[in-house]
Amino acid sequence: MPFNNQDIITTQTITFCEQPNELRLESGEKLGPITLAYETYGELNQNKSNAILIFHTLTSDAHAAGFHEGDKKPGWWDKMIGPGKAFDTDKYFLISVNVIGGCKGSTGPASIDPKTGKPYGLSFPFVTIGDMVSAQKLLIDHMGIKKLVCTAGGSMGGLQALKWSVMYPETTASVIVIAANTRHTAQQIALHEVARQAIMGDPDWHNGDYYGKSIPARGLALSRMVGHITYMSDKSMEEKFGRKLISKERLGYDFNQDFQVESYLKYRSDTFVQRFDANSYLYLSKALDYFDMAEDGSLSKSFSRAKAKFLIVSFTSDWLYPTYQSKQMVKALKVNDLDVSDIVINSDYGHDAFLVEAEGLTKLVRPFLKRAKI
Amino acid sequence: MRLDHKIILDFVKPQSKLLDLGCGDGSLLALLIKEKSCTGTGIELDEKAIYECIAKGLTVSHENIDSGLADYSNKRFDYVILSESLQQVLNPRRVILESFRVGKKVIVVIPNFTHIRARFQIFFRGRVPITKELPYQWYDTPNLRFLSLKDFRYFCRDNSIKILQEIGIVGNKKVLVRPNLFANAGVYLLERGK
Repeated sequence: MPFNNQDIITTQTITFCEQPNELRLESGEKLGPITLAYETYGELNQNKSNAILIFHTLTSDAHAAGFHEGDKKPGWWDKMIGPGKAFDTDKYFLISVNVIGGCKGSTGPASIDPKTGKPYGLSFPFVTIGDMVSAQKLLIDHMGIKKLVCTAGGSMGGLQALKWSVMYPETTASVIVIAANTRHTAQQIALHEVARQAIMGDPDWHNGDYYGKSIPARGLALSRMVGHITYMSDKSMEEKFGRKLISKERLGYDFNQDFQVESYLKYRSDTFVQRFDANSYLYLSKALDYFDMAEDGSLSKSFSRAKAKFLIVSFTSDWLYPTYQSKQMVKALKVNDLDVSDIVINSDYGHDAFLVEAEGLTKLVRPFLKRAKI
Repeated sequence: MRLDHKIILDFVKPQSKLLDLGCGDGSLLALLIKEKSCTGTGIELDEKAIYECIAKGLTVSHENIDSGLADYSNKRFDYVILSESLQQVLNPRRVILESFRVGKKVIVVIPNFTHIRARFQIFFRGRVPITKELPYQWYDTPNLRFLSLKDFRYFCRDNSIKILQEIGIVGNKKVLVRPNLFANAGVYLLERGK
């Protein structure tokens, strides 16, 4: 059935890697069975040659377009996916896939460990971006798709898109990497460590064994506040909040909240705590920090296997994944004589720009996808 | 078709690999890819122009010409094209020499600042020339370098660059006599001496 952005979508799941065929992870540990959550939009053509794989960010999920039953807001990239949009569902079959280690339908630390009958908690093995990609490949294999028109994503999704190009070069015809980089830097790791310490310092965390009890809500909320600040820019915060006060005329001279930015962070982090698992935040942030495309210290060598066409997008005001890091990626791809286009979009929205700047991205993505040879 | 584009089209052998430095909206690159089955990459600094290049199905990099060449390996391209962009770079000598590092031949289009009309304006009006081809006021011009075809010939000689072809043009006509005086632009096919 053709996809329409007003459609009610349900997230699907698939389970594989049952014992004894568990997935061997980069850490050497094994994980299985693995459930993977995903959504699809559009129709897979007969020779299965029109599929595009979409990846989400650290705290997002497989719900990229359309509406879930009862929801007022559509999926996170609804502006980009649909009939006539950047990822045109009249032409392409979009698969939006969740990551392992998360808490949005795929196997993660909150899932039940079949060996114990209890949630994994900290006994969940460490997963990497590469492990996420390995699990996604099993889904594609299951669907009988031999080659993808494109792998695409922003932020953590961009890292997965990039990883696909070297792990499965024969499968990946084109790659779109938005607001991402080739390795996490000291600043990015440091920001994540603050978030992790906030969670682990919460007395309700109990070494990750809090399922069925009270959750480490304060720690998780604090980590989300830090995260939120890094997703915005100085300018976008100034424009959105400035020094505006919360329904009062003057400063309170106490430690209640005075400024709108304070209440915004509190509101956003409180809602986040209801929808995200603290242990998943720990695992996924660690997976990001471990991410490094450079093999044996050489970034260009790691891309020597890639065959795809690349589109690399970054944003001027993104200080979490600064544009120079995208340029390093572009340089390493060019050294390998790969077909790479790149653009630095002038935007005030910081790291969040990749969700906001749909108009500019559409002008790039639509013609770029046409060039993918499959 | 613009005459300078037509001349470049004649210079370029089919199925060549091209690098267009300062490719603008990509119309020259798209033309060469279509007519001569070439493959190519553009480098362009203007964000709006990047969208136009991508819309044309081109490969393009959002870069400054002065620094963007460093990313490419030696002799990767058959031709490096600098179409009306050399006079806008900070370090033209380095850009030309870098172009010869990454490319086998270099094609350059430069505006001629000593065209006869420009000379008249300087001589009789005592003012820096403003012509149809060089319409900019001194305070509002993208051009950083002001040179003549003759200046460029001397530059090539001093840098062991062989001029394989020089074609002066004025409007949509070739200038066969005294191009340094009568041409408002020169199109060059260049090779580096071994």
